[in-house]
Amino acid sequence: MRLAALFALCFSALVFAGAEVVEFSDESLRSRYQNLVQELRCPKCQNQNLADSNSPISKDLRREIQRMLEEKMTDREIKNYLKSRYSEFILYRPEVNKNTWLLWGSPVLVVLFGVLILARHRRQAKPLVAKGREMIASDQQRLNAMLGDEENQQ
Amino acid sequence: MNRLALFVPLALFAGLSLVLLLGLDKDPTELPSALVGEPFPAFNLPSLMAEQQFVTEQDFKGDVVLVNVWATWCFACRIEHPMLNELSAKGVKIIGLNYKDQRAEAKEWLAERGNPYQFNIFDAQGQLGIDLGVYGAPETFLVDASGIVRHRRVGVVDERVWNTEFRALYEQLNGSDQ
Repeated sequence: MRLAALFALCFSALVFAGAEVVEFSDESLRSRYQNLVQELRCPKCQNQNLADSNSPISKDLRREIQRMLEEKMTDREIKNYLKSRYSEFILYRPEVNKNTWLLWGSPVLVVLFGVLILARHRRQAKPLVAKGREMIASDQQRLNAMLGDEENQQ
Repeated sequence: MNRLALFVPLALFAGLSLVLLLGLDKDPTELPSALVGEPFPAFNLPSLMAEQQFVTEQDFKGDVVLVNVWATWCFACRIEHPMLNELSAKGVKIIGLNYKDQRAEAKEWLAERGNPYQFNIFDAQGQLGIDLGVYGAPETFLVDASGIVRHRRVGVVDERVWNTEFRALYEQLNGSDQ
């Protein structure tokens, strides 16, 4: 029960999102509309998307998106329309270009870096492990010899 | 292992700190403008003063102008207005874009505070506002004689902003005309 309440709280923002009634001529546009307003950022209220924001500019932009969807524009065309006006800032998922390749590429780079370190580490560790095994073996011999000696004495 | 390699994490940390430190001075509410270097968007909207009359971007082509986005509901516009009056008195041509406003209130505002504008575009729906990427009034665009947007300021243009951001560019654009 408590878990269910917690779960509901976690998603309450999504429930409120796009609370206003939006009418579409074709119901299939609705899911695209929801996706777009989730993924586009409000230019005025920096850390909200268009769905969450109540600012007048967000209302206007939601109306614009609805209009463009009705005009059969593709998602890409709609994003480009807004990008050409509000700059890339408006895209919460920025495109890959010369400014953002590092941002997009950094997870891959970090993983590669990790693999490199791991490989290096293993290579350096190998002779040590072999040496360790030798030492264990010689220690064992010594131990056996000592124990053997003790047994002999008794 | 190479002893210098031990300093790599420290160097990375120092680098990151430097980047973050430089970031502190930036204003995160300032968006890069997609319009600088692009032509002023085409429009055909009623004039504020004469309801029947329509104005277009052709009406200020051939002049270096400021296009100032304002509204009576915009508090900062109150603060900015005297500066616009001053600029207008100095001979700077200013076009007003009355943004999502009431016509009667806007007229009253100009009657009360003085009218620094050559003419006003009445954009009740905010359509031209969207084309310009306006996200908060006041905003001011510097448009050159061939209709290209050369600079954009989001927020109040005061003495300091005019001197640091606009003045040199404005004089240069005006000078190259003559």
